[in-house]
Amino acid sequence: MREIDAKLITETVARLAVEANCLLPGDIKNRIERARTEEKWPTAQGILDKIIENYGIAERDDMPICQDTGVCCVFLRIGQDVHIAGDITEAVNEGVRRGYAEGYLRKSVVGDPLRRVNTGDNTPAMLYTELIPGDRIEITVAPKGFGSENMSRLKMLKPSDGVGGVKAFVLETVEQAGPNPCPPIVVGVGIGGTFDKAALLAKKALMRSADERSADGYYAALEDELLESINALGIGPQGFGGRTTALAVNIETMPTHIAGLPVAVNINCHVTRHKSAVI
Amino acid sequence: MERKITLPITREIARTIKSGESCLLSGVIYTARDAAHKRLVELVEKGEKLPFDIENATIYYVGPTPAKPGSVIGSAGPTTSYRMDTYSPALIAAGETGMIGKGKRGTEVVDAMKRYGAVYFAAIGGAGALLSSCIRSAKIVCYEDLGAEAVRRLVVEDLPVVAVIDSEGNNLYEEGRMAYLNA
Repeated sequence: MREIDAKLITETVARLAVEANCLLPGDIKNRIERARTEEKWPTAQGILDKIIENYGIAERDDMPICQDTGVCCVFLRIGQDVHIAGDITEAVNEGVRRGYAEGYLRKSVVGDPLRRVNTGDNTPAMLYTELIPGDRIEITVAPKGFGSENMSRLKMLKPSDGVGGVKAFVLETVEQAGPNPCPPIVVGVGIGGTFDKAALLAKKALMRSADERSADGYYAALEDELLESINALGIGPQGFGGRTTALAVNIETMPTHIAGLPVAVNINCHVTRHKSAVI
Repeated sequence: MERKITLPITREIARTIKSGESCLLSGVIYTARDAAHKRLVELVEKGEKLPFDIENATIYYVGPTPAKPGSVIGSAGPTTSYRMDTYSPALIAAGETGMIGKGKRGTEVVDAMKRYGAVYFAAIGGAGALLSSCIRSAKIVCYEDLGAEAVRRLVVEDLPVVAVIDSEGNNLYEEGRMAYLNA
């Protein structure tokens, strides 16, 4: 049994929150820059140039790439041979509190969904925990903006709807979202499980590198096909028209009930942020 | 080619700005998001004076990140505009002529824009660091309790925006996409 001080979790979450908000991951940068070379529509080229300029400024000036520094999603994959000394939830929240204060990040969380008073420190984090073998903790911090979160959808399809139903639902979701989620977007798709698991799969799909395809060849092909179909819609960067509507489609799946086919689509903007560390 | 516009935008100027035009805005704009809009419209409905002059005003839908020491403002890109659709017609009727945000607008907003003469611009969503560099000064006008959502008076210089919906109801989101698909 390895003992890890909860303070180490706090420090790591605080650091990752700041880094995630100011440094765009390399896979997303590569996707945007590749899309710029492939984009033929002048308006779209101009927008992509400004997006590239923007993350350059953010990196240079240590400034948030986007003012919506998000609700802070924190994924902890905890080795089952670890004992954490201290309150783990409070340790994560303290990390968020510290990172959002020290990094001059926006506090965008209200304490109650209907009475809506800002908590003032961006807590609580949206905390996800999972047990894994080993004696380490993998921490991923993913600030999630709500312009794109608001365009996300879930549907309980019938088994007979099949892959055609899934494709239609993903395309309908991107079509309805149009310019709202700040395209070019990253599309996370969760298929299977239960109502709640499908949504979580879609969120986890957004954590996967845009350069990495599904390990299952069937789904890797579906990811490529959906990306092609989305980019044929013509929505384009910021919705002004063009090819570059999506940078990647990532699909995650799990077993489900004989009677069901849950599908969730979680949308992220071009500022797809996540940063990980292992302690 | 970008069109330079010096604020304020009068109703007459608003009617000359066409959907699809790239513009650089310079002058005074005010920030407001959902919570501030709600309060402003409550004042309008009660016939009370607004905390800033709404006549010919341009409102930027933004909740910036906090300014670092020595900076004017933090990252400051647009938020999604449809959440303001409930409130915008009342503000347009009260004198607002320009709105800056991103994303679609409802027909009630477009109807008010056509009726009174107003224009809806989009700034690049997710380009908060770039847009921040165009802001020369920022001062809280009211609703400080709302934090990032407080109303701020910004002086901007060459703020890059695109006119998406003009005072005739032409819409770049529809027309730009069609032009691309038909090219």
